[in-house]
Amino acid sequence: MDAIRTLLRELAALFVDDGSLAISAILWVAACALGARLGLPSGWLGAALAAGLAVILVENALRGAARKS
Amino acid sequence: MLSFHAAPAMTAAFLASLVEFVEALTVVLAVGSVRGWRPALTGTGLALATLAALVAVLGPALTRIPLEVVRLAVGVLLLLFGLRWLRKAILRAAGAIPLHDEEAAYAGETAVMQSYGLVRDAAWDAVAIGTSFKIVMLEGIEVVFIVVAVGAAGGLLLPASIGALAALLVVILLGVALHRPLAQIPENTLKFVVGVLLSAFGTFWVGEGIGIDWPGADWVLLGLVAGFLAVALAAVPLCRGRRALVLAGD
Repeated sequence: MDAIRTLLRELAALFVDDGSLAISAILWVAACALGARLGLPSGWLGAALAAGLAVILVENALRGAARKS
Repeated sequence: MLSFHAAPAMTAAFLASLVEFVEALTVVLAVGSVRGWRPALTGTGLALATLAALVAVLGPALTRIPLEVVRLAVGVLLLLFGLRWLRKAILRAAGAIPLHDEEAAYAGETAVMQSYGLVRDAAWDAVAIGTSFKIVMLEGIEVVFIVVAVGAAGGLLLPASIGALAALLVVILLGVALHRPLAQIPENTLKFVVGVLLSAFGTFWVGEGIGIDWPGADWVLLGLVAGFLAVALAAVPLCRGRRALVLAGD
């Protein structure tokens, strides 16, 4: 059981080490998916998806840099 | 689309695999030098066979799922994976977290192996086999994910597999030739580049998965790579400055 828990923890850690980065990225993707459903123009939506993810990355990195530990 | 994306896919798989296999090599070298090469290579071989089987099973299996579903699911996972690598690479480049030190990792692992007592070249040294197996599996599972994800979402299983195999060959040859940890490899630079490539691929496939009709079709992937690279490079001095401010405030 411990081995399975360790394995699952290791697998999850491949994608999430900072929960806020993962959650923000997923929420942004969901928002863009909603925009696509509502028929927003693809060009703008694509740019928004990429730009939003870039902002999330930089914001998260800056917060990481400010962390003392 | 296949030939256009093949080069970046092969590059991402090669570089990511190089980083992971170098880390695995460090531990395998420590195990081999302390406890004997036969058990170290036995564990390594078992892990590589398991990883190859995973790719052989998962890769084709994912092609049975509708492409839009695969692109969205795999795209999200690839995006999270890429952003995680890129964030850490930015913070290492900014000096906010330490660089990975292969020499220190080798010394640490050697000490751990010695602490189990000397059982050199025993027919079944469970500690040596288990340690080698575990590290190659742990590092290799990331390689498997990249190869399978890139293969499933982009139909690029063969180029990605070739990239990963080429990296494995390079690391094995260097390990045999040098017999010491590959500390000279610019690991953080490689992780930076892989993070950029995977974030771009992930964004592209997530976009396709949610119904975005990317203008410029496949050319937009180059734009995404350039965009993430520019943003990440700009983030490094920003993070360095933020860190300096925080430390100065202490």
